[in-house]
Amino acid sequence: MKPAAFDYVHALSAGEALEVLHQEGGHARVLAGGQSLVPMLNMRLARPSVLVDIMAVPEWRRVDDDGATLRIGAAVRQADLQSRADLSRRQPLLAAALPWVGHAQTRSRGTVCGSVAHADPSAELPLVLVATGGSIHLRSRRRARRLAAEEFFTGMMATACADDEIIEAVSLPAARPGAGYAFREVARRHGDFAIVACAVVVDEAGTRLAVGGVADRPVARALPAPDAPDLAEALNQFAWDLDARDDLHASARYRRELVRRIGRAVIEEAARCRA
Amino acid sequence: MPRLSANGTHTVSFTLNGAAVSGVAEPRMLLSDFLRHIVGATGTHVGCEHGVCGACTVQIDGRAARACLSLAVQVEGADIRTVEGLAPAPDRLSVLQESFRTHHALQCGFCTAGILMSLDALLRDRPDAAESEIRETLAGHLCRCTGYAPIVKAALAAQQTLKNETGRERADA
Repeated sequence: MKPAAFDYVHALSAGEALEVLHQEGGHARVLAGGQSLVPMLNMRLARPSVLVDIMAVPEWRRVDDDGATLRIGAAVRQADLQSRADLSRRQPLLAAALPWVGHAQTRSRGTVCGSVAHADPSAELPLVLVATGGSIHLRSRRRARRLAAEEFFTGMMATACADDEIIEAVSLPAARPGAGYAFREVARRHGDFAIVACAVVVDEAGTRLAVGGVADRPVARALPAPDAPDLAEALNQFAWDLDARDDLHASARYRRELVRRIGRAVIEEAARCRA
Repeated sequence: MPRLSANGTHTVSFTLNGAAVSGVAEPRMLLSDFLRHIVGATGTHVGCEHGVCGACTVQIDGRAARACLSLAVQVEGADIRTVEGLAPAPDRLSVLQESFRTHHALQCGFCTAGILMSLDALLRDRPDAAESEIRETLAGHLCRCTGYAPIVKAALAAQQTLKNETGRERADA
């Protein structure tokens, strides 16, 4: 349970970090808070030859709120975001999900973008990005690009991030008047990986439910209105389409039942919050 | 741009319980191992080494965090507190430690150092924390002896004692 050997680069600017990623190709990994990467190193599931610590890069330590969008930089810790007094007003879904991300003892170090980069299918922050229609901002020495969260997550712990790219920020729409948000999850222990997690946005455009912990990535779907008679059937169809599998933590059948029940519960809660 | 080579050893310096410490480490050395094997501060215990059990929890710059999920080189210059820093004097326990003793909040003691560091941070940052917050903090720790109920009791009692102490200080001022 000790990491294999690697060089450690303490980047002081974005340019320095991107240069190392460019030079080392797939052998380098970005180190931010380390709360997903270091377990992988300890178990030797990851064996990079270079780690690039980006926590001292000034422009990546920022949270920008321009009124319409919240942009969270690569070096912003989960605990720092959680402690923003206006977060539950600016983006209630993010505020509701953050207490479920790991434990207080890991949120103190872990970053928002690091959790997104790790792309665990049951992770809360990728789910919130998919539910709200958020974006991932990628940068390398050769280009900067922005991907919708739904395009970014490509499978179980797999993303569209190239070897020389870093997630320099994620962004998500700020709360809009008339929109309701809700989040719930079921896990064996608070802070453990979700067996099923549901995040929903209900607004004038409709109901958008995202489910984590079931498929190989967070999946969102537009559903009928909270009071529509066909909601139950649509939720059931969604639960089956997620292609749940049996594993150590829960059976596929139990996961489908959770999608139907928690799915309905969050939709009703978000509809109430709208009013 | 400082680059530390994989097989070289590098000097790491930080503040440990108020005193400056330094030692040499390869980049891959975990903070938990640096504390125990280089500094010799073995009060921090090592359980799962992937962040689940909470035994190695210390305070990094005032916040409870896993020592096994941090590299020693990442905490260069940081302010680290461990269980060795809790007692105000060699023959006196802290209020929280004393409360653990009174309420039988430990049996084998393996998990205790980590739990103390989490609860110490919580009671300092949120003196009025509700029982639910204490329980949520404990969710980041595994204890196989106590069933947690005595730990919650000890934390609540310590919270009350700390509040009364603060009240007395105000009255004296």
